[in-house]
Amino acid sequence: MNKLTPVLTGGAIAIGLILSANAATLKMAYDADPVSLDPHEQLSGGTLQLSHMVFDPLIRWTQELGFEGRLAESWQRIDENTVRFNLRKGVKFHSGNPMTAADVLWTYNRLKNSPDFKGIFEQFKKLNVIDDHTFELVTKGHYPLVLHTATYIFPMDAQFYTGTDEQGEPKDKLVKHAGTYASTHVSGTGAYRVSSREQGVKVVFNRSSTYWDTTSKGNVDKIILTPIKEAPTRVAALLSGDVDFITPVPPNDHKRIKASDKVDLITLPGTRIITFQMNQQRKVEFKDVRVRQAIVHAINNEGIVLKIMKGFATAAAQQGPIGYAGFKANLKPRYDLKKAKALMKEAGLEKGFSVTMMAPNNRYVNDEKIAQAVVSMLAKINIKVNLKTMPKAQYWPEFDKRSADLMMIGWHADTEDSANFSEFLTTCPNKNTGAGQYNSGNYCNPKVDALVKASATETNPAKRAAMLQEVEQILYEDAAFIPLHWQNLAWAARKGVNIAAVINVQNFPYLSDLVIDEK
Amino acid sequence: MIAFLINRLFQAAIVMFVISLLSFSIQDNLGDPLRELIGQSVSEADRMELREELGLNDSFLTQYFRFAGKAIQGDLGTSYFFKEPALEVILKKLPATLELVFGATVLIIVISIPVGVYSAINPSSLFSKVAMGISIIGISVPVFLTAIISIYIFSVELGWLPSFGRGVTEHVFGTWETGFFNVDGLLHLLLPCLSLASIMLPLFIRLIRAEMMEVLQSEYIKFAWAKGLSPRRIWFMHALKNTMLPVITVGGVQIGTMVAYTILTETVFQWPGMGFLFLEAVNRVDTPLIVAYLIVVGAIFVITNTIVDLIYGLVNPTVKLVGEK
Repeated sequence: MNKLTPVLTGGAIAIGLILSANAATLKMAYDADPVSLDPHEQLSGGTLQLSHMVFDPLIRWTQELGFEGRLAESWQRIDENTVRFNLRKGVKFHSGNPMTAADVLWTYNRLKNSPDFKGIFEQFKKLNVIDDHTFELVTKGHYPLVLHTATYIFPMDAQFYTGTDEQGEPKDKLVKHAGTYASTHVSGTGAYRVSSREQGVKVVFNRSSTYWDTTSKGNVDKIILTPIKEAPTRVAALLSGDVDFITPVPPNDHKRIKASDKVDLITLPGTRIITFQMNQQRKVEFKDVRVRQAIVHAINNEGIVLKIMKGFATAAAQQGPIGYAGFKANLKPRYDLKKAKALMKEAGLEKGFSVTMMAPNNRYVNDEKIAQAVVSMLAKINIKVNLKTMPKAQYWPEFDKRSADLMMIGWHADTEDSANFSEFLTTCPNKNTGAGQYNSGNYCNPKVDALVKASATETNPAKRAAMLQEVEQILYEDAAFIPLHWQNLAWAARKGVNIAAVINVQNFPYLSDLVIDEK
Repeated sequence: MIAFLINRLFQAAIVMFVISLLSFSIQDNLGDPLRELIGQSVSEADRMELREELGLNDSFLTQYFRFAGKAIQGDLGTSYFFKEPALEVILKKLPATLELVFGATVLIIVISIPVGVYSAINPSSLFSKVAMGISIIGISVPVFLTAIISIYIFSVELGWLPSFGRGVTEHVFGTWETGFFNVDGLLHLLLPCLSLASIMLPLFIRLIRAEMMEVLQSEYIKFAWAKGLSPRRIWFMHALKNTMLPVITVGGVQIGTMVAYTILTETVFQWPGMGFLFLEAVNRVDTPLIVAYLIVVGAIFVITNTIVDLIYGLVNPTVKLVGEK
């Protein structure tokens, strides 16, 4: 026994050493920090990135756009309107409270009341709690996107958020413009706890010792997130070793980062489409499909990707990117100046006409330069464009007013699904239903509307994909809008920080699984 | 003196009123604050509801009087982004900016006076010519370029200095945290202070040189030489004192301007101060914060100018302050 003790002690020390050697700190810089600790306050990339650190979703996306259970261990469709989920057992919130189906119900009800999130849950009728670890999601009709939507449910600690704070306000109060308990206090099931936060300066996270996912190989026990707004400074901070991991990485710096032997650059094709819309109500010429086709044929979007985006984008001819249900591989970019000129002649407009154009100058990557390139391309078919660019803060009110004949808009589908693009961008605008809310072109084709509507209740994936592909085909033939490209995404990290395994096209890195090699 | 101060206070009140009115009237052209508060796919009805809640549908005058009524009680509104009173947010960021301006001011004083005086006394020496040449470059290079180039040289290539932020700060009192008392904090201060100083430094070297040269030509200096005083006494006692009068006036105004220049420096260095805060507020259309910032900066201008006028009277007793008999 006495002989054994030193061995055991030595072993314990050795294990301790291995553990402490493995534990790593990640210093990372994003362009912004989360606006609030309340996961339901604002539907934005920043909020979801935070949610994936402090909370866990029921289901999450894999890199291949498949589904992976997190807090939901398994699920099965009971009938056309119902999917039953089985919750993981033994999961605890940071507060120590156990996570049960009651928390999921509480979270679901809060989502239904959040102005930003309730749109996503529009098709859901109710959530039935069966027992502590089983519940059912019931939809209004046949709804194909139940699992897509479940990636937005990050169970919150109902007990923690119930009651009133020092001011006598309910702890779960959801207000966008005033401080609330939930915007500064948080209790989730996630791998990280917020240990300090100074908004706009830094957020410090520590790995939770009670994290349920003990199979995760992630060894980052402390994360310091600093927002660095200016792209050159962000890149400099990485290159000088002040931070380990940055995103986004501006296209102009890709070459230099690739050339460096200290850092890695990782890019993925993104899902945000950049387009121009042609307003048929303001400009009668745009009602003619030949004119719209001529414009699309006159714009060399592959050239824009090559020259302006430095190859850091994918030229597009449709709304949804590859991997989405509606993606149709035969739809190719169609730059052809000769054909464009011929089409203009056919429409009797070879002499051209004048239009106005507006674009933001700080919203999308190189948005202003892209707009300028489009102006010079349209000049070749004698369309004179009067371009006005402005900061996004001023741009969106102009967009809502439909202030120009050609307006730029980028779109990312919150549901990661093709139908979402059409719902907002290419269905007939209808103030009452909210359809076509961002369709500044006023393109309206009842056939598209019917197909999009039908796809919302089609639970057979193959049939549904066929519908959405037909939509893309019609939009292509109608030249409903000017497709430019899908913006790529880029991350850069110090060598040894294995981000490639944890990033995804949704741009919420699963940092709990991040492994940092020993130096 | 008292009458002068009261007079100044009255002026300040008018300035504040004009600033508040101006900043309030431009806010409609800054964009829609809702865009930064909500997600892209929120419905029109929900937008209208929030707009109503924020009081954005009221007429300009209603909004202004509501604001002014609260402002008199010291409430400048609540920031949309920080969800805290705008004044508190700004005052929290104020120390970082003041430290930056202070650091830059120290650099300017320590460098510009010796260099300016030396090149006035020895205008044809090589050092003077080089200093003048460099100062021309310094004046013509914009501050953000100086900042980015210095980051690339000193942080990325040489790895001597940190590239962003304030580093380790120590708590002093209230919300004041300082980087002046530890090495890390000072290292973080160096590049931003240099960049900020780079605009004003050449101006002051040239100003001090020109003033000094003029003073050295004046009758009383010639008389002092004739009297046989030591060169040191002439230069530093008699000439320098009179040189400094216009420099202090310009300096006072420029310190105020420097607070404005911090917008660029702070943005490049991710310095968590007021200037960066302001630019962000403009991007996010955080109108309460924008209005509060303009009022606070206006107040800083008024205060520095008042102090400068007071110092002026101390340095040169012949200067009479307004209201003094």
